[in-house]
Amino acid sequence: MSLVSVVVVALLVLLALRRFGDSGQLDFAKWRPFLTWPVWRFLLTGAWATVLAAFATGVIAAVFGLLLAVSKGFLARWYVEIMRTVPVLLIIYVMLFVLPSYGLDLPLFWKLVVPLALSHAALFAGIFRAGVASVDPGQREAGLSLGLTERGTLRFVVLPQAIRNMLPSLVSQTVGLLKDTALGFVVSYTELLYTGRVLANYNHLLIQTYLVIALVYLVVNLALSSFSRHLEASLARTAR
Amino acid sequence: MSLLVEGLLTTLALTGLSFVSACLLGIVVVVLRISTVPVLRGIGTAYVETFQNVPLLVWLVLFVFGLPEIGISFPLFWTAAVVISLYEAAYVAEALRSGVNAVAHGQGEAARALGLTFAQSLRHVVVPQAARKVVQPLGNIFIALTMATSLAGAVGVVELTRAANRINLAEAQPLLIFTGAGLCYLVLAAGIGAVVFRLERRFA
Repeated sequence: MSLVSVVVVALLVLLALRRFGDSGQLDFAKWRPFLTWPVWRFLLTGAWATVLAAFATGVIAAVFGLLLAVSKGFLARWYVEIMRTVPVLLIIYVMLFVLPSYGLDLPLFWKLVVPLALSHAALFAGIFRAGVASVDPGQREAGLSLGLTERGTLRFVVLPQAIRNMLPSLVSQTVGLLKDTALGFVVSYTELLYTGRVLANYNHLLIQTYLVIALVYLVVNLALSSFSRHLEASLARTAR
Repeated sequence: MSLLVEGLLTTLALTGLSFVSACLLGIVVVVLRISTVPVLRGIGTAYVETFQNVPLLVWLVLFVFGLPEIGISFPLFWTAAVVISLYEAAYVAEALRSGVNAVAHGQGEAARALGLTFAQSLRHVVVPQAARKVVQPLGNIFIALTMATSLAGAVGVVELTRAANRINLAEAQPLLIFTGAGLCYLVLAAGIGAVVFRLERRFA
């Protein structure tokens, strides 16, 4: 059974490579541009814009998410539930095509960041809630019985432990954030994917360009994911 | 109005089709991932990491615009369905894997001690116990997948989100149309949530 699957996978890979080769996609000439600096400089400006958008989204979404997590009203709960089920793209379309006719026409950067932040705030709220819930209630009681104020208990006892428990999911959340900025493609904000589109229109190396773009995402996010796993493992060790 | 209904039907078809095939493919991937043969395990891990760490939109763009370049062209809907299935299969595989991991180690060892083969111990011992733990995560993936089908709209499939936008451009009743589309997604997610709730109670 295992031998069969290895053979099947190998055959699939060979078939795909053959298909690529037959249509001339493997020719060195088609890949050489990606060994030159100007192409990479262009792609790196896109990558930088991706980082900027992800950073801005992350900051806004974290602050908003924190507010959602600490508020006890039903509005916050409804917001989280609704955002979990409405596609970001729908909100982006509203930003792009609806709000301008009501006089709200933001710069491209914000047309991407605001919808992303609105939707990721709900995810952040979930992480914060779970983080605080993960701290044993006995910890808070112990803090209070030592004479710390409610605030002091939160600040010195509960939050440090909660933050430590949340770190791995916060890092993997960052991967999700970076991935979602690819929606800049729809907004025509020149992040990594849209930069790839511009490049592919110019050099007509569609497959090669998008494969390289995919590789950049893969490398960056793999690094983040393995960092998150490393964090999780080392936190699990020190907690004991 | 009929365009919105058509879009909703396309979203439903894309969601249903992708979820079923993502589950089937996810089972194959998770069997590779927990296999005792290092090469197979490597293939399974590589699959999951590759699809989870690159945005779905990049895969959609690559397949929709790239495949015709090497002489392969499917109808747009099918290309989108295939890509979404491939992508979500990685998430299904991870959900299944944590379900399997949640089954105590001793269970697998006991099965082996009784002389069951790897396949037998999976089928009779591990899977029935893991099934209970994966209902909720799979439901969450189903909901996420429903939302992810909107990205097919970004590469040209006229599903719910793109249909809403088209109607808006033609008729300019934005608030009504976008709220309607949003409500459709909400109802879909609520429906999935209700099914998950029932299944969970039956398995537990």
